Amino acid sequence: MWDLATHCLDVAGWRGATYADVRLMHMRQRDLTTKNGKIGTLAQTESIGLGVRVLASEAWGFASTDRLTREGVAACAAKAVSIAKASALAKRRDVVMVDEIAFIDSWQSPFQKDPFEIPLESQLALLLAADAEMRRVKGVTLTETDMQFRKIDSWFASSIGSRIHQRKVISGCGIVATAFQGEEIQKRSYPNSFGGQHALGGYELVESLELLKHAPIIAEEVVALHSAAQCPQKSGTLILGGSQLGLQIHESVGHPIELDRVLGEEANFAGTSFLTLEKLNHLRYGSDIVNVVADARIAHGPGLGSFAYDDEGVPAQCTDVIRDGQFRGYLSNRETAHLIGLARSSGTMRTESWNRLPIIRMTNVSLLPGSWDFDALIADTDDGILMETNRSWSIDDRRYQFQFSTEVAWEIRGGKKVRMLKNPSYGGITTEFWNSCDAICSAEHWTLWGTPNCGKGQPMQTMGTGHGASPSRFRNVQIGAAFSEQ
Amino acid sequence: MSPPRKSRVKNGRVARPASLALSDVRLLRGMIDNILRLAKAAGAEAAEVHVDEVLDDLSRFANNAIHQNVSEHGFTVTIRTVAEGRTARVTTNRLDENSLRSAVHSALSLAASQPADPQLLALPGKQKYRKVERFAKSTATITPADRAQAIRRACDLAVKKGQVAAGIFATGQLQTAMGNSRGLFAAYRETHAEFSITMLEGPAASWAKANAANVRNFDTQALARQASEKSHLAVNAKELAPGRYTVILEPAAALDLVGFLFYDFAATALADKRSCLNDRLGKQIFGPSISILDDAYHPLQLGAPYDGEGMPRQRVLLVDRGVPQNLVYSRRAAKAAKKNPTGHGFMLPNEYGEAPMNLVFSGGNDSLEKMIATTERGLLVTRVWYIREVDPYEKIMTGMTRDGLFLVEQGRVTSAVRNFRFNQSLLEALKNVEMLGPAVRASGEEAFEMVVPAMKISDFHFSEATKF
Repeated sequence: MWDLATHCLDVAGWRGATYADVRLMHMRQRDLTTKNGKIGTLAQTESIGLGVRVLASEAWGFASTDRLTREGVAACAAKAVSIAKASALAKRRDVVMVDEIAFIDSWQSPFQKDPFEIPLESQLALLLAADAEMRRVKGVTLTETDMQFRKIDSWFASSIGSRIHQRKVISGCGIVATAFQGEEIQKRSYPNSFGGQHALGGYELVESLELLKHAPIIAEEVVALHSAAQCPQKSGTLILGGSQLGLQIHESVGHPIELDRVLGEEANFAGTSFLTLEKLNHLRYGSDIVNVVADARIAHGPGLGSFAYDDEGVPAQCTDVIRDGQFRGYLSNRETAHLIGLARSSGTMRTESWNRLPIIRMTNVSLLPGSWDFDALIADTDDGILMETNRSWSIDDRRYQFQFSTEVAWEIRGGKKVRMLKNPSYGGITTEFWNSCDAICSAEHWTLWGTPNCGKGQPMQTMGTGHGASPSRFRNVQIGAAFSEQ
Repeated sequence: MSPPRKSRVKNGRVARPASLALSDVRLLRGMIDNILRLAKAAGAEAAEVHVDEVLDDLSRFANNAIHQNVSEHGFTVTIRTVAEGRTARVTTNRLDENSLRSAVHSALSLAASQPADPQLLALPGKQKYRKVERFAKSTATITPADRAQAIRRACDLAVKKGQVAAGIFATGQLQTAMGNSRGLFAAYRETHAEFSITMLEGPAASWAKANAANVRNFDTQALARQASEKSHLAVNAKELAPGRYTVILEPAAALDLVGFLFYDFAATALADKRSCLNDRLGKQIFGPSISILDDAYHPLQLGAPYDGEGMPRQRVLLVDRGVPQNLVYSRRAAKAAKKNPTGHGFMLPNEYGEAPMNLVFSGGNDSLEKMIATTERGLLVTRVWYIREVDPYEKIMTGMTRDGLFLVEQGRVTSAVRNFRFNQSLLEALKNVEMLGPAVRASGEEAFEMVVPAMKISDFHFSEATKF
């Protein structure tokens, strides 16, 4: 692998590149699903290839190929250089990057049980058993389960001398019960919606989730939702469960701190950001108890945003994003760091695959735990609504105005959960929302949630990101607007 | 387009082309035949093979300059084996003989790990396909320098107008072929081109986009001018109170909303009771001006004339004058419903069944100008953004307006308006359609391209405003 990568770099240099980096990636994936007690998808995918990014005429070019021969990678390098020269026809400034040193390293994400070594029969048997547990509950009309496993090897080489091999093993699974009754479709998912929980790790993740224990619980809940009261429309106290708060962080903190968005590079598609440069170190993003970091180090946890080096060869770091409520930092790469005068990239360049250009992506953007015990938080809430498990999410293209709905909610009266509510939703303006946070649960209730489906870039790239969160309370939140009838 | 290279299949081994033109289809057929032989030798009772080849280029610009410029060339092979009532799928881009043999064994091994499925259908035999021509030489031969020059001109316009341009200019070629052990063979190739541009003027922005098989079917500079002019009009947006408004949805805005209806027409979605059409087939749920066809052969559509199992795509009238009448069926869904397959199935195995992928809405004769002229008070919507389903049965969608929202008063556009969030039932919206423009190939960011008209809709529900 290193021979091909080095040859690709050499050819890029001979053709006129002043900088080049290569990602040679081998990706394996297994997808298993069931529906209503039968196998749905049973598929395995393997992909291997090389992508090269070059700087020539002070402009960028990128090309990729699956022809892993000396001839194939040389042609790919030559194409990348010719593309860079075409880019120079429409440039306004020369590309300059902050310095980075070369690394020679090899790293593997930690896991206990290689999911590709676990017999398929037992994986399918677990999914079918969970499926059966959900179907046992009368009123459930659709049951679905899924597992996904990935193993990604990447060999990064750059013209400054880096040679970094990384291997990541990623596991995920989830179950869903749906009930159609009258004129309503309700859904409950475990441990999270849209594919469940995903993390850097092995089959031990699946085993830890206790699918069979939770399957009847969500099945009972989805049927109960049909006779639950409608979530009211009001301004009031909101408590968010951890997985929903993880998505709230993703949308209203993670995306607006991406420096490529801030600098207008995503203006046509993903959008820009309200976090314009003058707000750095000056904006009160949240209340005093709100502390958010972007931490790609494995020490933060086995998140989908954990790695040793990003896809630009920069080591994983922890960046303060919000400290004591104050906005402190962006996600950057070597080029955008230079543009705003930073000394070093924050190490967030990531690529979906060998055939995609690395772009700035979230790593693990997490709300640090507070001090509350969850039961104490409920007991301390006189009148509120607890919302759990995302159902829909939407935010404007500058990341101000958002609206989320969840699968289920619970009315809290006098410090107790008193009844289930259906069709819950809430919305608000990002900074107003985070400034209304008055309680965050402790590390005991904190989970590093995985979001496996974050889309960004053109061509579109899907990336996994991590979001640590524990249940938290927010005051004076607009609740129920999604179903308002004004 | 460069002349196609001669096929080079020798003893079942594939010699891949060195130049960046799509391979001769005979090369893909040779690959398929070779893999089917490997599957038979490995003990598969039956097998199906798909080979895809992509050649895609995309130039991306922002801040009036190209900042990303990429090229991709690759093959993908997907093998599905069937043995003793069990099936599974393996996809790889490793095309050497040993890797392909290994992929076949992996598919058999995956399949063997599951219980037999008595409802698994035998593979279909040979089919006849209607020819479609969607390959444009002018798109296939465009170069990075051509794209850069077009982008440079658009960016120069932005600079001249005191604006900032961002967008993409993408061109590509796709070739796909499939075959199975019962003699079915199908192949399709297309080109595709897309230009999308956002012009920003201070806090204001507007946008234009086009997508076609032939790059000559749109004018990049006209799109740049359109976005530039609308961006200037969008300056000094004023805040309006949320509420119900008459809206005039330009085709891209209409597309990104109605595009969320497509899976509801899948027979499998109804069988699973997750379609908004459960208990509503045959009922007047949309306005009488709404008719929807799935038509892969429409001249403004792209895509292969066959589905994931190789069944020929049929034209299906989904909605007739406001009444949902028909669904689309994979072979399995058709058998369960005692219907004929319509050629809309996904590659097997999968849990979703099928979906219409070539929607064509019937249009009307009302121009956008006429819609504006006949509006006492309403909002003209350029584009919508981040749309998600809030309620799957009432089909309540939420999302934001973006890149140009304008107030219409007494028949004319009077000012720009700050963006709104909407929470709107699609069923209700399509009941409240007052006027339709001619149906065009619309291109947005939320739904795949369809043929839809601009729509004037009454009582559209905006629930909140944002800060810009």
